[in-house]
Amino acid sequence: MKKMIYLDNAATTKTAPEVVEAMLPYFSEFYGNASAVYDFGGKSKEAISRAREIIGSALGAKENEIYFTAGGSESDNWALKAAAEAYQDKGNHIITTKIEHHAILHTCEYLESRGFEITYLDVDEQGVVKLDQLRASIRPTTILISIMFANNEIGTIQPVAEIGRIARENGILFHTDAVQAFGQVPIDVDELQIDLLSASGHKLNGPKGIGFLYIRKGVKIRSFLHGGAQERKRRAGTENVPGIVGLGRAVELAVSTMEERTARERELRDYLLDRVLKEVPFTRINGSRTSRLPNNANFCFQFIEGESLLIMLDMKGICGSSGSACTSGSLDPSHVLLAIGLPHEIAHGSLRLTLGADTTREDIDETVEAVKEIVAQLREMSPLYEDYMKKRS
Amino acid sequence: MYSEKVMDHFKNPRNMGEIENASGVGTVGNAKCGDIMRIFLDIDENGIIKDCKFKTFGCGAAVATSSMATELVMGKSIQEALEVTNKAVMEALDGLPPVKVHCSLLAEEAIHAALWDYAQKNGIQIEGLEKPKNDISEEEEEEDY
Repeated sequence: MKKMIYLDNAATTKTAPEVVEAMLPYFSEFYGNASAVYDFGGKSKEAISRAREIIGSALGAKENEIYFTAGGSESDNWALKAAAEAYQDKGNHIITTKIEHHAILHTCEYLESRGFEITYLDVDEQGVVKLDQLRASIRPTTILISIMFANNEIGTIQPVAEIGRIARENGILFHTDAVQAFGQVPIDVDELQIDLLSASGHKLNGPKGIGFLYIRKGVKIRSFLHGGAQERKRRAGTENVPGIVGLGRAVELAVSTMEERTARERELRDYLLDRVLKEVPFTRINGSRTSRLPNNANFCFQFIEGESLLIMLDMKGICGSSGSACTSGSLDPSHVLLAIGLPHEIAHGSLRLTLGADTTREDIDETVEAVKEIVAQLREMSPLYEDYMKKRS
Repeated sequence: MYSEKVMDHFKNPRNMGEIENASGVGTVGNAKCGDIMRIFLDIDENGIIKDCKFKTFGCGAAVATSSMATELVMGKSIQEALEVTNKAVMEALDGLPPVKVHCSLLAEEAIHAALWDYAQKNGIQIEGLEKPKNDISEEEEEEDY
């Protein structure tokens, strides 16, 4: 296989070799059921509780507040549906934003069909939620505020501490989808007054198919999957022990390397943003320059369409993603890019590049050269560019 | 996701560019939906398409269908060009994913729009050709930033 430059770490990451190594014994060596009485099953049980401890301490939470799930989408579904059900005597109003992941937005749509009322907050042109609008949206019937920690497309980090304070002052549960942020930025659930938090293993060099939901002690949401007594009777099903072990190891690594790793990624990312902005005309950066995930870069190139750009990058061995309509399976470009106020035709020309621990400066240089060449080539082909240049001359 | 033919036409688009003083130019699609296709035709006095070029803003399928459409109408008479349907373009490309079928409609419409422009310029009527309905919205000016 030719050399690949993987810049789609917000989609998924490589499972770290240390993680794979930690997982392996739990497939064929310690395969016992953690619920079993015999000592052999105890090996699995111990491994699960070690992982729970690691994750709890990474969040400033207690280990019995961590509930393993199959991933971020399940955690989001569980948090929203179960909180809505548990607190429906208090009210039927939920506040979220227009830029959430579909695991939140489509769950909200479902809840709307079940009689819940949802407020979708706007964001500013950087993608930051409007706190005044949040305060003004609170009703006596508001039972839940669900706002993502950081956006998966444009990388903007939300003012989570302020949101937590507003929620707490008003006695409303606060859920945050931290799938992109966990492992990238420090999170303390007490300091930030978070009641529910979703995270996923494969976004932080852990395995796919495993995640967790943090549920603050005292929050009375119930089981989502009914069956056995696993996860304190709140999530039935024989535990994915290798997955849980892998997630624990991945979190351990992410926490211990966070400072150094993200400083390096931030520097490379800024180098990428600056070079592209300087060297490719008619380009904009989407999202905040300051309050941003360390590994996220997101651009719009005027006059071109994102899918074409992705295919041509792929031909050069570079993996990225785009919020163009053609990559979303509908005729509309990304809801996030529209929410920050971009016109459709600009939003169609977006490119997201998300760095990883392995990304090098050479990778970035090669990518910038490729982007320059491809954007120029696609503009040569674009009737929009032709019209613009003719109008200008 | 795409057939080899589609990828070939995307990677090596045939007849990309413009024709100066073209006999007919047709632009269809809408930047809002992410697809704009422009076809240039050079038609001789016998009504034969001597040259055909395209410019396209759009996804891989949009580029490939434009490219294939130019190949299919090249050297054809106006009547023959009118018979190049979206189905013909799709078949020539060994098919398109279902979500991309609208791209092939654009190719057919772009050819029709270019022929309509040719007819208008020459004050003639082409049998079976209707005024193209799918024009790009001109009301939205591109914004600089």
